[in-house]
Amino acid sequence: MAKGKRKLQEINASSMADIAFLLLIFFLVTTTMDIDKGLITLLPPISEEEPPPPDKANQRNVLDILVNKNDQLLVKGDLMDVTELKELAKTHVNNNDVDPRYSKSPQDAIVSLKNDRGTSYEVYITVQNELKAAYNELRDEYAINNFGVKYSDLQKVNQKKVRNVFPLRISEAEPENY
Amino acid sequence: MAAIRKKGGKETPAISTASLPDIIFILLFFFMVATVMRETELKVNIKPAKATELQKLQKKSLVSYIYIGQPTRIYQEKFGTAPVVQLNDVIYQIVDSDGSTNSNVSEVRRFIVNERSKLPEKQQKSLTTSLRVDRGVKMGIVTDVKQELRKVAAYKVNYSAVPRTDW
Repeated sequence: MAKGKRKLQEINASSMADIAFLLLIFFLVTTTMDIDKGLITLLPPISEEEPPPPDKANQRNVLDILVNKNDQLLVKGDLMDVTELKELAKTHVNNNDVDPRYSKSPQDAIVSLKNDRGTSYEVYITVQNELKAAYNELRDEYAINNFGVKYSDLQKVNQKKVRNVFPLRISEAEPENY
Repeated sequence: MAAIRKKGGKETPAISTASLPDIIFILLFFFMVATVMRETELKVNIKPAKATELQKLQKKSLVSYIYIGQPTRIYQEKFGTAPVVQLNDVIYQIVDSDGSTNSNVSEVRRFIVNERSKLPEKQQKSLTTSLRVDRGVKMGIVTDVKQELRKVAAYKVNYSAVPRTDW
Protein backbone atom coordinates (compact mmCIF):
# COMPACT_ATOMS: atom_id res chain seq x y z
CA MET A 1 0.00 0.00 0.00
CA ALA A 2 2.69 2.41 0.95
CA LYS A 3 4.41 1.67 -2.31
CA GLY A 4 1.40 2.65 -4.37
CA LYS A 5 0.95 5.90 -2.51
CA ARG A 6 4.48 7.02 -3.13
CA LYS A 7 4.84 9.94 -5.49
CA LEU A 8 6.59 9.40 -8.79
CA GLN A 9 10.16 10.52 -8.36
CA GLU A 10 11.22 13.40 -10.56
CA ILE A 11 14.02 12.80 -12.98
CA ASN A 12 17.12 14.59 -11.93
CA ALA A 13 17.83 17.21 -14.60
CA SER A 14 21.05 18.57 -13.20
CA SER A 15 23.16 16.60 -15.67
CA MET A 16 21.25 18.09 -18.58
CA ALA A 17 23.64 21.01 -18.65
CA ASP A 18 26.60 18.68 -18.85
CA ILE A 19 25.11 16.76 -21.75
CA ALA A 20 24.33 20.00 -23.56
CA PHE A 21 27.87 21.19 -22.85
CA LEU A 22 29.31 18.07 -24.42
CA LEU A 23 27.23 18.53 -27.54
CA LEU A 24 28.12 22.19 -27.64
CA ILE A 25 31.82 21.45 -27.45
CA PHE A 26 31.49 18.86 -30.19
CA PHE A 27 29.86 21.36 -32.52
CA LEU A 28 32.32 24.08 -31.56
CA VAL A 29 35.18 21.85 -32.56
CA THR A 30 33.72 20.60 -35.81
CA THR A 31 32.49 23.99 -36.94
CA THR A 32 34.30 25.60 -39.78
CA MET A 33 32.95 29.08 -40.05
CA ASP A 34 34.65 29.61 -43.34
CA ILE A 35 32.56 31.84 -45.47
CA ASP A 36 34.30 31.58 -48.77
CA LYS A 37 35.45 34.91 -50.04
CA GLY A 38 37.44 35.73 -53.08
CA LEU A 39 37.79 37.54 -56.35
CA ILE A 40 34.94 36.58 -58.62
CA THR A 41 35.77 36.68 -62.29
CA LEU A 42 34.36 35.45 -65.55
CA LEU A 43 36.54 33.43 -67.85
CA PRO A 44 36.23 34.15 -71.55
CA PRO A 45 34.73 31.48 -73.78
CA ILE A 46 37.11 29.55 -75.98
CA SER A 47 37.09 30.81 -79.52
CA GLU A 48 38.74 29.16 -82.44
CA GLU A 49 39.25 32.40 -84.28
CA GLU A 50 42.48 34.25 -84.10
CA PRO A 51 42.16 37.45 -82.15
CA PRO A 52 42.25 40.52 -84.36
CA PRO A 53 45.71 42.04 -84.72
CA PRO A 54 46.23 45.00 -82.43
CA ASP A 55 45.26 48.23 -84.06
CA LYS A 56 47.94 50.89 -83.95
CA ALA A 57 45.39 53.64 -83.33
CA ASN A 58 43.82 51.71 -80.50
CA GLN A 59 47.06 50.70 -78.92
CA ARG A 60 46.78 53.59 -76.48
CA ASN A 61 43.61 52.05 -75.06
CA VAL A 62 45.39 48.92 -74.00
CA LEU A 63 47.12 48.75 -70.66
CA ASP A 64 49.29 45.77 -71.13
CA ILE A 65 50.76 44.03 -68.16
CA LEU A 66 53.35 41.32 -68.34
CA VAL A 67 54.39 39.29 -65.36
CA ASN A 68 57.47 37.16 -65.78
CA LYS A 69 58.53 34.07 -63.93
CA ASN A 70 60.49 36.13 -61.42
CA ASP A 71 57.26 37.88 -60.49
CA GLN A 72 58.38 41.16 -62.03
CA LEU A 73 55.86 43.46 -63.62
CA LEU A 74 56.23 45.10 -66.99
CA VAL A 75 53.50 47.67 -67.54
CA LYS A 76 53.39 49.42 -70.89
CA GLY A 77 57.00 48.46 -71.39
CA ASP A 78 58.26 49.77 -68.05
CA LEU A 79 59.29 47.83 -65.00
CA MET A 80 56.94 48.59 -62.17
CA ASP A 81 56.17 47.71 -58.59
CA VAL A 82 52.82 46.10 -57.87
CA THR A 83 51.99 48.81 -55.36
CA GLU A 84 51.95 51.46 -58.08
CA LEU A 85 49.70 49.50 -60.38
CA LYS A 86 46.40 50.72 -58.98
CA GLU A 87 47.18 54.39 -59.47
CA LEU A 88 48.43 53.80 -62.98
CA ALA A 89 45.36 51.78 -63.88
CA LYS A 90 43.17 54.57 -62.58
CA THR A 91 44.97 57.22 -64.62
CA HIS A 92 44.88 54.97 -67.64
CA VAL A 93 41.16 54.29 -67.48
CA ASN A 94 39.98 57.68 -66.36
CA ASN A 95 42.13 59.58 -68.85
CA ASN A 96 39.29 60.82 -71.07
CA ASP A 97 41.53 61.73 -73.99
CA VAL A 98 43.80 64.05 -71.97
CA ASP A 99 47.11 62.24 -72.17
CA PRO A 100 47.85 60.62 -75.54
CA ARG A 101 49.66 57.76 -73.81
CA TYR A 102 46.56 56.61 -71.98
CA SER A 103 43.09 55.53 -73.00
CA LYS A 104 40.64 57.58 -75.03
CA SER A 105 37.71 56.98 -72.73
CA PRO A 106 36.87 54.60 -69.88
CA GLN A 107 34.65 52.63 -72.26
CA ASP A 108 37.53 52.01 -74.64
CA ALA A 109 40.06 51.05 -72.04
CA ILE A 110 41.18 47.45 -71.95
CA VAL A 111 43.59 45.75 -69.63
CA SER A 112 45.66 43.04 -71.20
CA LEU A 113 47.22 40.65 -68.74
CA LYS A 114 49.81 38.12 -69.64
CA ASN A 115 51.70 35.95 -67.25
CA ASP A 116 54.34 33.30 -67.46
CA ARG A 117 53.73 29.75 -66.37
CA GLY A 118 56.33 30.35 -63.69
CA THR A 119 54.58 33.37 -62.20
CA SER A 120 53.50 32.71 -58.63
CA TYR A 121 49.82 32.60 -57.86
CA GLU A 122 50.22 35.18 -55.13
CA VAL A 123 51.48 37.82 -57.55
CA TYR A 124 48.81 36.94 -60.07
CA ILE A 125 46.10 37.46 -57.46
CA THR A 126 47.68 40.69 -56.32
CA VAL A 127 47.65 42.05 -59.87
CA GLN A 128 44.04 41.00 -60.38
CA ASN A 129 43.19 42.54 -57.04
CA GLU A 130 44.85 45.86 -57.84
CA LEU A 131 43.03 46.12 -61.15
CA LYS A 132 39.74 45.38 -59.46
CA ALA A 133 40.54 47.90 -56.74
CA ALA A 134 41.25 50.57 -59.37
CA TYR A 135 37.90 50.01 -61.04
CA ASN A 136 36.05 49.82 -57.75
CA GLU A 137 37.49 53.17 -56.72
CA LEU A 138 36.60 54.77 -60.02
CA ARG A 139 33.08 53.40 -59.81
CA ASP A 140 32.73 54.61 -56.25
CA GLU A 141 33.88 58.10 -57.17
CA TYR A 142 31.50 58.22 -60.10
CA ALA A 143 28.61 56.92 -58.02
CA ILE A 144 29.21 59.47 -55.26
CA ASN A 145 29.41 62.34 -57.76
CA ASN A 146 26.30 61.32 -59.64
CA PHE A 147 24.07 59.53 -57.16
CA GLY A 148 25.47 60.64 -53.84
CA VAL A 149 26.10 57.14 -52.52
CA LYS A 150 28.74 54.49 -52.89
CA TYR A 151 28.55 52.00 -55.74
CA SER A 152 27.69 49.11 -53.46
CA ASP A 153 24.75 51.02 -51.96
CA LEU A 154 23.20 51.82 -55.32
CA GLN A 155 20.16 50.12 -56.74
CA LYS A 156 20.74 47.42 -59.31
CA VAL A 157 19.66 49.64 -62.21
CA ASN A 158 22.05 52.39 -61.24
CA GLN A 159 24.85 49.94 -60.57
CA LYS A 160 24.49 48.80 -64.12
CA LYS A 161 24.70 52.38 -65.33
CA VAL A 162 27.92 52.90 -63.43
CA ARG A 163 29.27 49.60 -64.68
CA ASN A 164 28.59 50.70 -68.23
CA VAL A 165 30.59 53.86 -67.68
CA PHE A 166 33.52 51.91 -66.24
CA PRO A 167 33.35 48.45 -67.76
CA LEU A 168 36.01 46.17 -66.35
CA ARG A 169 37.61 44.45 -69.26
CA ILE A 170 40.60 42.31 -68.50
CA SER A 171 41.76 40.27 -71.40
CA GLU A 172 44.05 37.47 -70.46
CA ALA A 173 46.32 36.27 -73.19
CA GLU A 174 45.81 32.73 -74.38
CA PRO A 175 48.35 30.58 -72.63
CA GLU A 176 51.31 29.73 -74.74
CA ASN A 177 53.34 26.62 -74.72
CA TYR A 178 56.84 27.28 -73.63
CA MET B 1 19.34 50.70 12.83
CA ALA B 2 17.75 47.40 13.38
CA ALA B 3 16.72 47.25 9.79
CA ILE B 4 20.25 47.85 8.61
CA ARG B 5 21.73 45.20 10.84
CA LYS B 6 19.20 42.77 9.54
CA LYS B 7 20.24 43.46 5.99
CA GLY B 8 23.90 42.97 6.71
CA GLY B 9 23.26 39.66 8.35
CA LYS B 10 21.37 38.23 5.40
CA GLU B 11 23.38 35.83 3.26
CA THR B 12 23.54 36.43 -0.46
CA PRO B 13 21.32 33.84 -2.10
CA ALA B 14 23.02 31.42 -4.47
CA ILE B 15 22.52 32.29 -8.12
CA SER B 16 19.98 29.98 -9.58
CA THR B 17 21.51 27.75 -12.24
CA ALA B 18 18.19 26.38 -13.35
CA SER B 19 18.31 28.34 -16.60
CA LEU B 20 21.85 27.28 -17.42
CA PRO B 21 20.79 24.30 -19.54
CA ASP B 22 18.52 26.57 -21.53
CA ILE B 23 21.33 29.00 -22.24
CA ILE B 24 23.61 26.19 -23.27
CA PHE B 25 20.90 24.76 -25.49
CA ILE B 26 20.49 28.09 -27.24
CA LEU B 27 24.22 28.17 -27.90
CA LEU B 28 24.09 24.58 -29.04
CA PHE B 29 21.32 25.25 -31.53
CA PHE B 30 23.17 28.27 -32.85
CA PHE B 31 26.27 26.22 -33.56
CA MET B 32 24.27 23.33 -34.99
CA VAL B 33 22.63 25.65 -37.47
CA ALA B 34 25.78 27.60 -38.29
CA THR B 35 27.96 24.53 -38.66
CA VAL B 36 29.09 23.44 -42.04
CA MET B 37 30.63 20.06 -41.71
CA ARG B 38 33.85 19.84 -43.61
CA GLU B 39 32.91 17.63 -46.51
CA THR B 40 36.30 16.99 -47.93
CA GLU B 41 39.50 16.20 -46.24
CA LEU B 42 42.24 18.50 -47.41
CA LYS B 43 45.14 16.54 -48.77
CA VAL B 44 47.07 19.53 -49.96
CA ASN B 45 48.56 22.43 -48.06
CA ILE B 46 46.85 25.69 -48.83
CA LYS B 47 47.95 29.07 -47.62
CA PRO B 48 45.45 31.37 -49.28
CA ALA B 49 46.50 34.47 -51.17
CA LYS B 50 45.64 37.87 -49.77
CA ALA B 51 43.47 40.47 -51.44
CA THR B 52 41.34 43.48 -50.60
CA GLU B 53 38.50 43.45 -53.12
CA LEU B 54 36.80 40.38 -51.79
CA GLN B 55 33.26 39.34 -52.53
CA LYS B 56 31.25 36.76 -50.69
CA LEU B 57 30.07 33.73 -52.56
CA GLN B 58 26.31 33.81 -52.66
CA LYS B 59 24.97 30.30 -52.72
CA LYS B 60 26.98 27.50 -51.24
CA SER B 61 25.10 24.81 -53.14
CA LEU B 62 26.21 26.30 -56.44
CA VAL B 63 29.88 26.26 -55.59
CA SER B 64 32.29 23.48 -56.31
CA TYR B 65 35.82 23.59 -55.04
CA ILE B 66 39.11 22.82 -56.68
CA TYR B 67 42.15 22.67 -54.45
CA ILE B 68 45.64 23.17 -55.76
CA GLY B 69 48.72 22.93 -53.62
CA GLN B 70 51.55 20.81 -52.38
CA PRO B 71 50.43 17.47 -50.88
CA THR B 72 50.50 17.32 -47.10
CA ARG B 73 53.30 15.37 -45.52
CA ILE B 74 51.41 12.09 -45.29
CA TYR B 75 50.64 12.17 -48.99
CA GLN B 76 54.03 13.39 -50.14
CA GLU B 77 55.34 9.86 -50.28
CA LYS B 78 52.69 8.93 -52.75
CA PHE B 79 52.35 12.10 -54.74
CA GLY B 80 55.67 13.85 -54.39
CA THR B 81 56.14 17.49 -53.47
CA ALA B 82 55.06 19.18 -56.68
CA PRO B 83 51.69 21.00 -56.60
CA VAL B 84 48.72 18.78 -57.38
CA VAL B 85 45.01 19.20 -58.04
CA GLN B 86 42.56 17.81 -55.54
CA LEU B 87 38.91 17.29 -56.50
CA ASN B 88 36.57 16.15 -53.77
CA ASP B 89 38.68 13.68 -51.82
CA VAL B 90 40.98 12.55 -54.54
CA ILE B 91 44.30 13.76 -55.84
CA TYR B 92 44.54 13.05 -59.52
CA GLN B 93 47.86 12.32 -61.06
CA ILE B 94 49.09 10.68 -64.21
CA VAL B 95 52.41 9.08 -64.79
CA ASP B 96 54.15 10.17 -67.95
CA SER B 97 55.97 7.79 -70.22
CA ASP B 98 59.27 8.97 -68.84
CA GLY B 99 58.19 8.16 -65.30
CA SER B 100 57.56 11.70 -64.11
CA THR B 101 54.22 12.46 -62.55
CA ASN B 102 51.89 15.23 -63.57
CA SER B 103 48.64 16.49 -62.22
CA ASN B 104 45.81 15.09 -64.26
CA VAL B 105 44.03 18.32 -65.05
CA SER B 106 41.68 16.73 -67.57
CA GLU B 107 39.87 15.19 -64.59
CA VAL B 108 38.67 18.71 -63.87
CA ARG B 109 36.35 18.49 -66.85
CA ARG B 110 34.73 15.29 -65.62
CA PHE B 111 34.47 16.72 -62.13
CA ILE B 112 32.68 19.86 -63.30
CA VAL B 113 30.29 17.97 -65.56
CA ASN B 114 29.52 15.70 -62.65
CA GLU B 115 28.98 18.59 -60.24
CA ARG B 116 26.79 20.33 -62.75
CA SER B 117 24.56 17.32 -63.26
CA LYS B 118 23.76 17.38 -59.55
CA LEU B 119 22.17 20.79 -59.85
CA PRO B 120 18.66 21.47 -61.10
CA GLU B 121 18.64 22.42 -64.75
CA LYS B 122 17.79 26.05 -64.12
CA GLN B 123 20.81 26.61 -61.94
CA GLN B 124 23.34 24.72 -63.96
CA LYS B 125 24.56 27.85 -65.65
CA SER B 126 25.30 29.61 -62.41
CA LEU B 127 27.67 26.96 -61.14
CA THR B 128 30.65 28.72 -59.66
CA THR B 129 34.03 27.14 -59.34
CA SER B 130 36.05 28.27 -56.38
CA LEU B 131 39.75 27.84 -56.86
CA ARG B 132 41.52 27.39 -53.58
CA VAL B 133 45.12 27.69 -54.50
CA ASP B 134 48.19 27.92 -52.36
CA ARG B 135 49.88 31.26 -52.79
CA GLY B 136 53.22 29.73 -53.65
CA VAL B 137 51.92 27.67 -56.57
CA LYS B 138 53.15 28.59 -60.03
CA MET B 139 50.60 29.81 -62.54
CA GLY B 140 51.26 26.95 -64.97
CA ILE B 141 49.01 24.43 -63.25
CA VAL B 142 46.38 27.11 -62.51
CA THR B 143 46.31 28.11 -66.16
CA ASP B 144 45.84 24.49 -67.16
CA VAL B 145 42.89 24.15 -64.81
CA LYS B 146 41.41 27.38 -66.12
CA GLN B 147 41.68 26.08 -69.66
CA GLU B 148 39.83 22.93 -68.66
CA LEU B 149 37.11 25.02 -67.06
CA ARG B 150 36.72 27.02 -70.23
CA LYS B 151 36.37 23.83 -72.23
CA VAL B 152 33.35 22.79 -70.19
CA ALA B 153 31.94 26.32 -70.19
CA ALA B 154 32.31 26.79 -66.44
CA TYR B 155 33.13 30.46 -66.77
CA LYS B 156 32.26 31.65 -63.29
CA VAL B 157 35.40 31.42 -61.23
CA ASN B 158 36.21 32.60 -57.76
CA TYR B 159 39.81 32.97 -56.72
CA SER B 160 39.57 32.22 -53.05
CA ALA B 161 41.49 34.68 -50.89
CA VAL B 162 41.64 36.11 -47.41
CA PRO B 163 41.46 39.77 -46.46
CA ARG B 164 44.66 41.74 -46.52
CA THR B 165 45.13 44.63 -44.16
CA ASP B 166 48.40 46.12 -45.30
CA TRP B 167 51.13 45.69 -47.84
